[in-house]
Amino acid sequence: MTTTANNDPMMPAAYVVRQVSKETPDTFTLALGPENGASNGSFQPGQFSMLWVFGVGELPISISGDPSASGKLVYTVRSVGEATHSLISRKVGDGVGVRGPFGAGWPVQAARGRDVVIVAGGIGLAPLRPVIYEVLKNRSEYGRLVLLYGSRSPQDLLYRKELAAWARQRETQILVTVDYGGLNWRGHVGVVTTLFKYARLQPQQSVAMVCGPEIMMRFVTRELQTHGFSRDDIYLSMERNMKCAVGFCGHCQYGPLFICKDGPVFCYEQIRPMLEKYEL
Amino acid sequence: METLERIIAEQPFFAGLEPGVLELVTGCASNVRFDAGAYIFKEGDEANEFYLIRGGKVALELFAPQRKPIIVETLGVGDILGWSWLIPPFHWKFFARAVEDTRAIALDGKCLRTKCEENHDLGYEMVKRFAHIIERRLEATRFQLLDVYSTRRRA
Amino acid sequence: MGAGQLGKLIELLASRGYEVLGPTVRDGAIVYDRIESAAELPSGWTDEQKPGQYRLKRRDDEAVFGYVVGPQSWKKYLHPAEVRLWSAERQDGTFRILNNENKPKHPFAFLGVRACELTAIGIQDRVLLGKQYRDFVYDGRREGVFIIVAQCTQSAETCFCASMGTGPRAQEGFDLALTELVSPEGHRFVVEAGSDRGAEVLAELQTAPADEADQQKASEAVEAAARQQVRSIDNNGIQELLYKNFEHPRWDHVAARCLTCANCTMVCPTCFCTNVEDVSDVTGEHAERWRRWDSCFTLAFSYIHGGSVRTSSKARYRQWMTHKLAAWIDQFGSSGCVGCGRCITWCPAGIDITEEVRAIREGSKHGNT
Repeated sequence: MTTTANNDPMMPAAYVVRQVSKETPDTFTLALGPENGASNGSFQPGQFSMLWVFGVGELPISISGDPSASGKLVYTVRSVGEATHSLISRKVGDGVGVRGPFGAGWPVQAARGRDVVIVAGGIGLAPLRPVIYEVLKNRSEYGRLVLLYGSRSPQDLLYRKELAAWARQRETQILVTVDYGGLNWRGHVGVVTTLFKYARLQPQQSVAMVCGPEIMMRFVTRELQTHGFSRDDIYLSMERNMKCAVGFCGHCQYGPLFICKDGPVFCYEQIRPMLEKYEL
Repeated sequence: METLERIIAEQPFFAGLEPGVLELVTGCASNVRFDAGAYIFKEGDEANEFYLIRGGKVALELFAPQRKPIIVETLGVGDILGWSWLIPPFHWKFFARAVEDTRAIALDGKCLRTKCEENHDLGYEMVKRFAHIIERRLEATRFQLLDVYSTRRRA
Repeated sequence: MGAGQLGKLIELLASRGYEVLGPTVRDGAIVYDRIESAAELPSGWTDEQKPGQYRLKRRDDEAVFGYVVGPQSWKKYLHPAEVRLWSAERQDGTFRILNNENKPKHPFAFLGVRACELTAIGIQDRVLLGKQYRDFVYDGRREGVFIIVAQCTQSAETCFCASMGTGPRAQEGFDLALTELVSPEGHRFVVEAGSDRGAEVLAELQTAPADEADQQKASEAVEAAARQQVRSIDNNGIQELLYKNFEHPRWDHVAARCLTCANCTMVCPTCFCTNVEDVSDVTGEHAERWRRWDSCFTLAFSYIHGGSVRTSSKARYRQWMTHKLAAWIDQFGSSGCVGCGRCITWCPAGIDITEEVRAIREGSKHGNT
């Protein structure tokens, strides 16, 4: 079920901002609801929408809300340019156009019965949060949940209250680190790969899901393999320029793959040869 | 209460050492504790020991003029703190502060240095292990340098 | 049918409600435009094409389709360079999208479609009319198009459709196919109906069954066009060849010549990449979404926050060629190249895709397959 008007994949449906919360100085979470109330707003963890700000432009943004909460679509957006800045400046009641959801999501079904190891860098935690919700809502269907989360500095950490709440769940390990820490920071300092030594991992029965800047994902996949994860148990979410999200504009091509419809989530085994190619 | 020898033998860092070599190492070892907030060593001091952290957390810090103090990295259980004891001119390059109450095994670097010069088998085993640690730290540091989460326009 | 019937054919199509589009001479080239009479067709003109060169020359006969291909292709009509997808109005805090009708008022009739072009249309059909999503603009314009093929009786130096398996003969997928014969016996066309409605139109023209001699001549003319071709691409194992040779030094060689001017992508009949632009007026109350041709040769094409992924011209040329010849097969089940040679003719640096493939094959570590 897509949130597009008249089944035309290029036409956005009218949504309204219901809630805005500030995560960090440059990152906001918006909760959108359909203007007319009708829409199921359902999505798979890892999918994204094209969000349109009237007259400004459209952006691919991962959905970062709870897949089981119908009627609401939640996005965590970081301001990095004119269009994102415009999006995070929306107020409650403002209209936002939504197309989607698009893309192939995280392998939450395949991960049932296994441990779920999530490694997130920076804003990369946003597309992974729906997986955490999914696992915690269906706790008995999954094994252990381990989150390794790295951010630039303590001020840049997302979802702080939730991180603390998740850490209290059973069979759940939440490890957080920052690249740069001030003297008041009592937590870990160092790149996200330094968290591996503190994680209780069972690689043979785990599925790893990784999201963050591409370089970070390359370091992390190396570390995962050093720790015994097999390549077909590792999943990454890739990013490229996107204009249409439906495989027509050609911008998001990654080798023969379209990130918008073959991805954005890929099994590491499939894209490993491409990750090594500079300027692919 | 475990003997120091057994504790050291069980540490992954010292795994694979022959009993004779292990004895030499143990001869230079002792148990230490640091309260939260205490400085373990300071930049510029002579580096005469290194530590194997058994509990708690240690922050490596840098102070530079006109900047707030920065924590470069934190180390925790199982980590090795300090390799400047092995490399001339044997001075610490950072401050190390216990963030939490920290227990560690302290190895007398000066003592070990002498033993390494006398016994090259011991020397080689130490250098091998430290080379591995330095390589991991270097990789992590380069990753840190990339500042991957920044939104600055890259060249 | 006699050549004189062409005018009648155009009238017939117009009277059936088609907008007839066909070749005409303008600005020193043979381009596609609305055709209202046979007088507008490029009778007596031919084109001489070389890498980086295109010249029109007068023929010594009055052949109507005595040229090869011009800079434009039928994607000009089916997948237009600029199209408004929809417009919207701001209302209170929200907006209203005004549904844009994307269907043209009259269905198109394409007169003078080459075999390579027909294949290209089929290729774009597979790209834009997918199982999951359909391009509404392409769909609306593609529906009901009446196709009249002009079988090639000559090839340019830059043609290589024979090696791509896409021509010079169009076998199916057309409504009518004309093979032109100009000889002392007269200026005439051997016409083949490829569909019921093609046969219906044919029935209204003054025709006589083609005699064996003419059918033979027509068939030979097209075969001669195939033999005339001097360029070719060996597609054996092309996917592996290009994927495995990502670091081949030949890419640096072509990068030194390529201006990333994007001409090749504009003239290519299968290139489909577009950009989507949102604009609003000064008041901010009215917004439009436009779709324009884009090219993987531009720096902005691969931009994500922080910078573009393909900054070097080497990476961009490599992307275009690898996509066109190899990745396309993985994506859509066939090569993206139809061997029309336009990219060779219209490249200001004269870069020849067939030569680039050969150079990579010869210098490939993996040998010839």
